Amino acid sequence: MAKLTYIKAITDGLDVVLGEDPKTLIFGEDVGKNGGVFRTTQGLQDKYGEDRVFDTPLAESGILGLSIGLAATGWRPIPEIQFMGFTFEAVDSLGGQMSRERFRFSGKRSMPITVRTPFGGGTHTAEMHADNLENYYVGTPGLRVVTPANPYDAKGMIISAVENNDPVLFMENLKLYRSMKDEIPEGKYTVPLDTAKVVREGTDITIVAYSAEVNESLKVADKLAKENISAEVIDLRSLSPIDTDTIFKSVEKTHKVVVVQEAQKMAGVGAQVTAEIAEHAIMNLDAPIGRVAAPDSVYPWAQVENDWIPNADDIEEKAREILNY
Amino acid sequence: MAKKTGQVIDFASIKATMSDPYKKTFQIVDKDAKIVNQELFDTFSDDQLVDFMKKMVWERTLHEQTMNFSRQGRLGFYAPTYGEEASEMGSIAAFKDQDFLFPAYRDLPQLIQHGASVAQGFLWSKGNAVGDDYGDQRNWFPQIIIGAQYVEAAGAALGIKKNGEKDAVSFVYTGDGGTSQGDFYEGVNFASSFQAPAVFMVQNNGWAISVPRYKQTAAETLAQKAVASGVPSIQVDGMDVLATYIATKEARDFAAAGNGPVLVETLTYRYGAHSSAGDDPSRYRTKEEEKPWFDADPLIRMRKVLGDKGLWSQDQEDKLVEEYKDSFKASMKEAENTPTQSVVDMLKTTFEEPTPQIKADIARFEAKESK
Repeated sequence: MAKLTYIKAITDGLDVVLGEDPKTLIFGEDVGKNGGVFRTTQGLQDKYGEDRVFDTPLAESGILGLSIGLAATGWRPIPEIQFMGFTFEAVDSLGGQMSRERFRFSGKRSMPITVRTPFGGGTHTAEMHADNLENYYVGTPGLRVVTPANPYDAKGMIISAVENNDPVLFMENLKLYRSMKDEIPEGKYTVPLDTAKVVREGTDITIVAYSAEVNESLKVADKLAKENISAEVIDLRSLSPIDTDTIFKSVEKTHKVVVVQEAQKMAGVGAQVTAEIAEHAIMNLDAPIGRVAAPDSVYPWAQVENDWIPNADDIEEKAREILNY
Repeated sequence: MAKKTGQVIDFASIKATMSDPYKKTFQIVDKDAKIVNQELFDTFSDDQLVDFMKKMVWERTLHEQTMNFSRQGRLGFYAPTYGEEASEMGSIAAFKDQDFLFPAYRDLPQLIQHGASVAQGFLWSKGNAVGDDYGDQRNWFPQIIIGAQYVEAAGAALGIKKNGEKDAVSFVYTGDGGTSQGDFYEGVNFASSFQAPAVFMVQNNGWAISVPRYKQTAAETLAQKAVASGVPSIQVDGMDVLATYIATKEARDFAAAGNGPVLVETLTYRYGAHSSAGDDPSRYRTKEEEKPWFDADPLIRMRKVLGDKGLWSQDQEDKLVEEYKDSFKASMKEAENTPTQSVVDMLKTTFEEPTPQIKADIARFEAKESK
């Protein structure tokens, strides 16, 4: 066991899969000698060689198209798209191609591709570097979309993602990269790709969140606890599919729920969670479903982002509103 | 004081000469059936010459029969191949089973020559999953998103290289319009960067639905688009089946030998509509424009060449056409007798392990379909 940051936990997980399966390949912009612009793949080219860990020309559609052709010839690609905003250049590869191949080939061919990509606000990046674009991708049949909220899950989930035989969009939160540490077991362990996790048990209200908003929600739970209000916090981890059972079970207990996301409010993950609760568990509620999300604007300039991104105060305010309904 | 344009760097002269290496289209038999390269012509045996002719007759008959089926309402989307027989049959003959084909929607004849069945071609058009089920064959599905097949072919070429396969390439088709896509450049450039064994085919049939070739680019040839990526290329007379075969074979051998990718542009013509679904070429081109291409027809050319050698007769061709027609009718029967996929079976192909939501949908459709 060693205390590792979120980013080191991912590096560790990639090391495990490269060591276990000689068919795995890591590639993308700057992932080779430079070890990635955030150093997520640092040391891996030295350890596994340039045939397994390599730089590509600068073209996102090319990188994901390359992944499809490599998967078609027996490889297990782990491409990196340097920032999630850059996936706009590769939307066809994600939504038009790799997610559909199993369907096209009657279930007989698969695309075991893990697309790693950093996202998330609060680190004052240039434009298009922090956008939460999961709302675009969760509506893509055949594509799994996951995002770990802590280092332990990050390692376990990257291993599960690579071992999965379907394409997985693996979203890594920029702000979490170096801001948290967990005890990380050495070697291989896995965390399931499609289950949410109750990260704090409670009885009075359920807060459903994912990625960096899980930490914000935990802060609120701590604060409410001082007033003897018991908040349960659920980390979705998988954004597509969504583990509704865990949510319904919690709501059955607490009868109140707030759904939190860093992304803009329109459609997407929070809207889907809200709709699922409304459709299947509304009789268990004794207050409206609360939602916390970013405004439906373009992602803001760096100097404004901390005011724009939903934080613990926003979650607390909404939680109190629902609690006092 | 600023100098007058052109006094320091002569862009005008660079522009005027940069296409020079591509001015001569590779040809063996010209449009009047004159053999313009006897030495290369003599490399073909009589059997080979007859075989190329047979394949072109096969493709044209397949087109005609497909149009008949289409008019009878027995097919869905079909992109006519009429006029492109030399380009398609000449090029596909250069590849081997272990080569990985990435076709577009007008490349069904090559897909069939590369292992798929004629019935599968019909099934693809009808929208039946069996149409895309190629088993272990190195066939990809007919790509709809123009250009996507180019980046994927670059990936397969890299995969083949990494597999250490000694005599294999990936090969891919697009049209003149396809060369305007970003993915076209990305695919060619990625394969170049990795020196991967890819053969990029551009079937320049003059038209991207209604937009003529000259509106796609001011480049004099499409072949030269590869050069900027460090990829050698050739423009070949795509109405000359022998030239197309030789150029493609040389390209394939060059790539398979580890020399990196190659691009081949075939100059051909789409005699018919873009698709069987309502496109009417008379809206955007005249009969006069079409005529020189019909005069350059690949079958007329080979008929004459083979006739002069006593290797072909109209009688023989008519018989062959009837044989092919009968076989296509049998294939259509096979296609029509192929069961439709159930929604349940389709849902099961979304993920390897169905998600809870898909499981619920499967249960819903199982109940529906068992009624």
